[in-house]
Amino acid sequence: MKDSFKHGVHPPENKEETNKLPIRQFAFAPLIILPMQQHIGAPSKIIVREGQEVARGQPLAVADGYMSVPMHSPVSGTIRKISKVPVISGQMTEGIYLEPFLSSGQEVSEGSPVSLDASPEQILKGIQDAGIVGLGGAAFPTHVKLKIPDGKSCGFLIINGIECEPYLTTDHRVMLEQGDDIFMGIRYLLKSTGAKQVIIGIEANKQDAADHLTRKIPAGMPVTVKVVPVKYPQGAEKMLITALLGKEVPSGGLPIDVHAVVVNVATTAEIGRLLPHGQGIQERVITISGPGVKKKGNYLIPIGTPLRYVLEQVGAADNISEVYMGGPMMGVAVSNLDISIVKGTSGIIVFGEQDVNKTDKIFPCIKCGACVDACPISLNPSKLGILSKSEAYETMADDFHLMDCFECGSCSFVCPSNIPLVQYFRLSKSILRKRKTAKPAAANV
Amino acid sequence: MFSKTLHISTSPHIRKGLSTDTIMQNVAWAMMPVVIFAVFSFGINAFLVIATAVISSVLTEHALCKWSNKESTISDWSAVITGILLGLTLPPIFPLWMTFLGGVFSVAVGKFVFGGLGCNLFNPALVGRAFLQAAFPVAITTWHPAFLDGRFLSITSSVLAFPFAEPKVDGISGATPLSAFKFDHVITDTSDLALGMVSGSTGETSAVIIILGGIYLIARKMMNWRIPISILSTVFVLSGILYLIDDKIYPSPLFMLFSGGLMLGAVFMATDMVGSPITQLGVVIYGFFIGLLIVVIRVWGGLPEGVMYAILLGNALTPQIDNFIRPRVYGTKKIKS
Repeated sequence: MKDSFKHGVHPPENKEETNKLPIRQFAFAPLIILPMQQHIGAPSKIIVREGQEVARGQPLAVADGYMSVPMHSPVSGTIRKISKVPVISGQMTEGIYLEPFLSSGQEVSEGSPVSLDASPEQILKGIQDAGIVGLGGAAFPTHVKLKIPDGKSCGFLIINGIECEPYLTTDHRVMLEQGDDIFMGIRYLLKSTGAKQVIIGIEANKQDAADHLTRKIPAGMPVTVKVVPVKYPQGAEKMLITALLGKEVPSGGLPIDVHAVVVNVATTAEIGRLLPHGQGIQERVITISGPGVKKKGNYLIPIGTPLRYVLEQVGAADNISEVYMGGPMMGVAVSNLDISIVKGTSGIIVFGEQDVNKTDKIFPCIKCGACVDACPISLNPSKLGILSKSEAYETMADDFHLMDCFECGSCSFVCPSNIPLVQYFRLSKSILRKRKTAKPAAANV
Repeated sequence: MFSKTLHISTSPHIRKGLSTDTIMQNVAWAMMPVVIFAVFSFGINAFLVIATAVISSVLTEHALCKWSNKESTISDWSAVITGILLGLTLPPIFPLWMTFLGGVFSVAVGKFVFGGLGCNLFNPALVGRAFLQAAFPVAITTWHPAFLDGRFLSITSSVLAFPFAEPKVDGISGATPLSAFKFDHVITDTSDLALGMVSGSTGETSAVIIILGGIYLIARKMMNWRIPISILSTVFVLSGILYLIDDKIYPSPLFMLFSGGLMLGAVFMATDMVGSPITQLGVVIYGFFIGLLIVVIRVWGGLPEGVMYAILLGNALTPQIDNFIRPRVYGTKKIKS
């Protein structure tokens, strides 16, 4: 069995400033902004009206179909407005402005609990009703991911505690502080997937978390904690499966094709905490770090808290010049501080003006091969980059496996010529997707 | 609060930090000891030849960028490297006007017509050198002994020959170890070869200094060690086999390793990232091919030295190597034949 996946990179970890800091509750902002599109799939459908008073934990919106989740109120308060709200993409989407009651005790309202004796379908329904999506950053609806297709079976349930993004320490703290929730979550997941074996994958820089969880494994539960060497992008589902099981997920396939299901550790903890009470997600753990903030740490922040409020509370410098949501490798740069925390926000990384290296001059590709040696799935990013410049998108996909790229950014990270390779690939993919959808339409005319 | 406009970029937002111009600068620095030894052993002639090659390469790069209305790319240091490499491959008393022409040809034909840095098929310095070899076959094989008295003060007349005038061959000339072997069957002592106590092109004589430069670049991860190792071991093994077959006809493998332009070529020329394959398996094949050609040309060819042509042919093979050597992509099956 192989010990790791091929290639990969070692960005500076920068985790030591926050990985010892316990999770702290964040204050309620004076105004909560909740976009309805916080996950992959259809936006949640709003079921409240302006002026309505809502309780913390009460559903504000329901799932619009299978590929969607509901949205719960993160605070007790009044619905001030239902209109377009800004999101990180720069667009405006449907959302809710919610004003918390200032003197409320903020008790969380409970729904109908999902018991461990429930059927797999009932558990999946419970996970959807709790509004749970992948908290690692992808925000893919968890109940969809957990649905084992007909004719397939799940042998391994992999709990992803890798957290390979620099700066981020949320999963690390969740593993240290929410062990009981994690194992409760595993019970639900074992039931719903029918997995025979559970592996918790943790990188070697979180040995304390691995030891802690190993001690806590409940008697009779088929769980092993496996520590793997630190390497980016080990947290990517496919890379983790290779590192833990020595198997490769077929190109274009899913983990279930090698009898595995991978769930993020914080998502698992959320399932274990919410399902016994029939509650929904109201808040999540977020690492706030980077040279631009004073009070770095791991905070439990209500969903919908405006980013500007968060930055003010943690003492961000006035001259901040770059803010990322997520980690610095795959996170998204923020252009507007009036957006808010969403379910997929794992980190907020802030750089001040003096911390940003502005000399990112782009040189031509010198074919040094650094990207080839970095790509975890053995693509040739150099060749793909050259092809994308000449707009040979079909060749990129047909002959050079463009569609297998999961945009981890390792190639751009190592490129000495500062070529934005991943960005080229994102654009190429989206152009290809457009062409694909455009073709049948043209044929109909 | 938060008055500045936020700077946005696409992920990843952090970089490893090694940039192309830094790599190029380091390659230039790594060659400095070779340049210094060249001047030390061949005197002011060698200095003038190398300086002229660098100046003409950089000027050509700058002029061509201006001519094509592009920002000058001389700050990426690649033209400096081309100039140094060209200077190091020329005989120490090579006429300066020819050297200048070589620098122009290297950059203009070796690099610019292909589209500039990164697009060139061949090592630009070797393209320039091949041009000079074709254009001035006599001057480029007129060698000069090393360590002559007064080498720091007197400039050999051929160096200052007027443009388009073929210089007269000077009174003193020194055969290179390879030509001595090829034409007179004289074997030079290996330690003299390794230390550079011999005649040859300005920068090819001291293997030890070249290797030190290579080790520096390998340690800083700016050079793929597989290329020199693959070339040198191929040359060593093949010439070793020949030597074992008949040590009267064939030179010893150590002589093969340390003579001529092999060390300079294997360390500083074949390793040019642009002209070498992109995969680790690819560079090993590339190195083997170059090593094989060097032995074949030296032993059976009409020329005493074959490193230049071997590397140029290796460069020519690179796109095909990259085409055929493709690592299996994650989650796909190797195509079975």
